[in-house]
Amino acid sequence: MSLDILAVDDSRTMRDMLRLALTQAGFTPHLAEDGIDGLEKLKGLTPDVIITDVNMPRLDGFGFIDAVRTEEEWRRIPILVLTTESAAELKARAREAGATGWIVKPFDPVKLVKALHMVAG
Amino acid sequence: MAEIRAAFFVEAEELLESLQDGLQLYDDGQRDDETINVVFRAVHSIKGGAGAFGLDELVQFAHTFETALDAVRSGALDPDGAAVKLFFRSADILADLVRAARDGTDLPADVTGPVLAALGELTGEEEEEEEVDFQPATLSLDLGGAGGDAGGAGGLDIPGLPPLPPLEAPQAPARSTWTIRFAPHDALLVSGNEPLYLLRALAEMGETEVSCDCTELPGLDTIDPEAAYLAWTIRLDCPPPEGDGPPVDEAAIREVFEFVDGLCDLEITAEAVEPPSDAAALPPLDPAPDTAPGAPADVAPAPIAAEAPTPAPADAPAAAAPPAPDLPRPAPDSKPAAKPAAAPAPEPRTATRPAATVRVDLERIDRLVNLVGELVINQAMLSQRVAEAGLPPNSPVATGLEEFMQLTRDIQESVMMIRAQPIKSLFQRMARIVREASSDVGKEVRFVTEGENTEVDKTVIERLADPLTHMIRNAVDHGLEKTEDRVAAGKPAEGRVTLKAAHRSGRILIEIADDGGGINRPRVREIAEERGLIAPDAQLTESEIDNLLFMPGFSTASEVSSLSGRGVGMDVVRSSIQALGGRVAITSRRGEGTTFSISLPLTLAVLDGMVVGAAGETLVVPLNAILETLTLGEEDLRALGPQTHVVQIRGGFVPLIDLGTELGYRAPLDNYMGSTVLLIGQEEGQRAAMVVDAIEDQRQVVIKGLEATYGRVPGIAAATILGDGQIALILDPPDLIAGASGRTRAANLPLAG
Repeated sequence: MSLDILAVDDSRTMRDMLRLALTQAGFTPHLAEDGIDGLEKLKGLTPDVIITDVNMPRLDGFGFIDAVRTEEEWRRIPILVLTTESAAELKARAREAGATGWIVKPFDPVKLVKALHMVAG
Repeated sequence: MAEIRAAFFVEAEELLESLQDGLQLYDDGQRDDETINVVFRAVHSIKGGAGAFGLDELVQFAHTFETALDAVRSGALDPDGAAVKLFFRSADILADLVRAARDGTDLPADVTGPVLAALGELTGEEEEEEEVDFQPATLSLDLGGAGGDAGGAGGLDIPGLPPLPPLEAPQAPARSTWTIRFAPHDALLVSGNEPLYLLRALAEMGETEVSCDCTELPGLDTIDPEAAYLAWTIRLDCPPPEGDGPPVDEAAIREVFEFVDGLCDLEITAEAVEPPSDAAALPPLDPAPDTAPGAPADVAPAPIAAEAPTPAPADAPAAAAPPAPDLPRPAPDSKPAAKPAAAPAPEPRTATRPAATVRVDLERIDRLVNLVGELVINQAMLSQRVAEAGLPPNSPVATGLEEFMQLTRDIQESVMMIRAQPIKSLFQRMARIVREASSDVGKEVRFVTEGENTEVDKTVIERLADPLTHMIRNAVDHGLEKTEDRVAAGKPAEGRVTLKAAHRSGRILIEIADDGGGINRPRVREIAEERGLIAPDAQLTESEIDNLLFMPGFSTASEVSSLSGRGVGMDVVRSSIQALGGRVAITSRRGEGTTFSISLPLTLAVLDGMVVGAAGETLVVPLNAILETLTLGEEDLRALGPQTHVVQIRGGFVPLIDLGTELGYRAPLDNYMGSTVLLIGQEEGQRAAMVVDAIEDQRQVVIKGLEATYGRVPGIAAATILGDGQIALILDPPDLIAGASGRTRAANLPLAG
C-alpha cells in the first residue's frame, strides 16, 4: 500500500526533491505550492501524511496547519513541518500550531522516510 | 538529481530577481510586511535549496542575510539607508555565490567577509560559524568535507561521493540492550502521533519485547477516546550493526521519540554494551540475554561496558543527534533503478506537475529557429517558382501558397517569441552596476527603470549587457555631476539614472538617461580638434558635436576622469550595438542631462527587407531603414562640389549616394535622372538618398551572419538566401552612408594626353 503524501512548499526545487524522495521510497506524492493551494488540494484528497514548509506566500505553514486542524475531517492527519531551523523554539511553535513532527531542511531522504513511518506506519 | 540541481539554479535566479524587486520596492518606500516577506522568503528558499545540495558557503551567507532580514521582518531592526544599501550589496553577493556554486567556481573570500560582518553587526549577532543550529545531520557531511558543491543530500543518488569512513574509531560497541519506558500523555495523541508506529520503529532497530501497562485504563463507561491511558516498557536488543552501519546508541533511540519529546514520559536505560572485540571472539554469547527483562545488568560483559566508548551519551534530546547514525551508510536509496523495483513505484512526476511552464534547452529552440528560417527560405523559393510557372494569381495553387506564406510567418513569429524574454534580468544587472559605480565615485544615485517587462530576444539581451554596462557606468561617472555641483546648480543632491525599454514599430528602444550636466560641447569640440578628429574650422551642429563621442580615438579610459563629458570607449559601444543591427543616438541638454537611445531589431534571425538591384547585383536593404522611395526628376538634382550631388526633397537637401558606386560595382553614372532612389533615414534624423537600379521585391529574409567568416565588412550587415537560391548581401545603410564617398559624378580629371 502506498501512502498518499501531500507536500506543500513554495520552492520548486524543494517540491522536486520531495517528489523524487517520496516517489523513490514508494509513496505517492501530491504537491502544493502554498497553504492556500494545499487546502485546495485537500478538497479532493485525504492524504495519509501532510508535509508542509513554514515560510510561504499567501498562507504560511502555521496558518495552513491551523486550517487543517480545525477541520474535523483532517484533524487527525499527521503533519510534518519542513523547517530549516532545528531550534527548539521552532519545534515548539510547530507543535503548538498542531504539527505532529518536523523535518529539518535540507532533508535526508532516509530520515524523511523514517519520519513518515514514525507518524503513519 | 542533477536535473533537480539544475532546476534549483533556475529557481534561484527567479528568487534572486524577486529579491531585487522586493528590495527595490522597499527602498522606494514600500515598507509593508509583504514586501519584506517576499525578500525574506527569497533568501530563505535559496538557503533551503542550497542546503539540499551541500552548498555550504551559500547556505552560510544566506543564513546571515536571512537573519538580518528576519530582524527587519519582526520589527527588531528598522533599516536606514545604509542598511538597505547593505541589503542590496548582500543580494548582489548572494547572486554571485549562486552563480559561483552553479559554475563550480570560487568567490574570493574577501568579498563575503566584510558584508557578513556588516550584516552581523546589524543584528548584533556573531557572524562566525556558530550557526550550527542549521546543520542537520546530512548536511554536516559536506561541511566536514569542505568540498563545496558536490552536494550531499544523504540518500539521493549523487554520483562520485564515496561513503565516508566511520567517524569514530572502529571499536564502537557492537551489541546493546536497552530498556525503554514510554508513557504517552494525552497531548501526544492530539498532536497526531501514534504510539504504535513508534513501537514499530523501535522494532526495526532490533529485537523487542514489549509489555503494555494498562493499569490506568478505566472502565469502558468512563473512557475518553482521546486520552492516553497506556504505557509501555520495551526491552530492545540491538544486534551488531551490519556492515559499517552505526551501532545503536541512546541518541538513536531518542530520535525515534523526537516528535513526542515532551509529550510523554520516556526513560531509556542501557543494560549491556559489548565491545566488538568480545562479540567477535565470543559469538556464542549472542543469544545469552535470557534472564529477566529489566534487570540492570544480566550478562558477564557488564563491567566492560563501563569502559566501552559509548558514542555520544546524548543527554541532549534527539534534535542534537550527532551525524553519526546516518553518515557512514552508503545511501541505501542511492540506486534509483533498484529501489522502485521493490516498491510499487507510483507513476513518477507527471501527475502533479504544474503545467504552466516547460523548460527547454536553448539549443533545441535555436535548432527550431534555424529550421523555421529554412522554411521561410523554402517557402520563398516555392512562391518564386510558382510565379515563374505563370500560374494566374487566383489559381488554387497561388491562393494556397498565400495561406502557406501567412502560416510560415505566424510560425516564425511564434518561434521568435519563444526566444524572447523580459529584459528585466539585464536591467537588474544594471541596477547593480549603478550601485557599484556610484559607491566608487561617491555619488548618490537613484536608478529608475521602466518597461522592464519588454520582451527581447535572448541573444540580444546577452549581447547588450556589455555596451549597456559601459553606458550606465558612464552615466554615473561622467553624466552626473559631483554632488556639490548638483547642489550648487539647485538640483537635488541625488542624481538620477533612468533605463527604459519599449517596443516601437517593430524595434526595441532602450534609453539610458541621466539628469546630469549634459554634454560640454565646447570641451568636446576642443578635444576632437586636439586629436585631429575634426578640422579646427569645421562647421558642426550640436548633434554632430555630440556624435563625436562615438568616434574612435575620441578618448581613452585613462583620460576620461578629467573630463566633464563622456567617452569611455563609446566607439566600442556603438559598434557592438551596430553588430546587433542597432543604432545609438545621443540627445543632450546643457544642465539637464543626456539621453542615449538605442534602437534594436526584435530578433537577430529575420528581417523585413527590400530586395533591390544595383549594378547587376541583388542586395537587400532593411525595410526599417527606408523612409520612402522615389524617382528622381531633373529638378530634384543639384550638383554640389566637383563629385557630389544632392537631392532636393520637400525643401531639404539630402546627399545622393550611388549604391553601385559605393560598393565598388561601377563608376558613377553620367546622369541620375529617372533613377530610383531609396530615402534612408537614420536615428539622428539625417537622411540620404540611395540610388538603386530597381526595386525587385519586398520580403522577409533570414539573416545569415557573415562576421564569423569575413569579419566586419563596412556597410554590410549580413547575407541571406533568396527565393531563387541566390545569395544576397544585406546592407547596413547607416553604416554605408557614414562611410560613403558620395561620389555621384565622374571625376572631372582632364587626363593628360
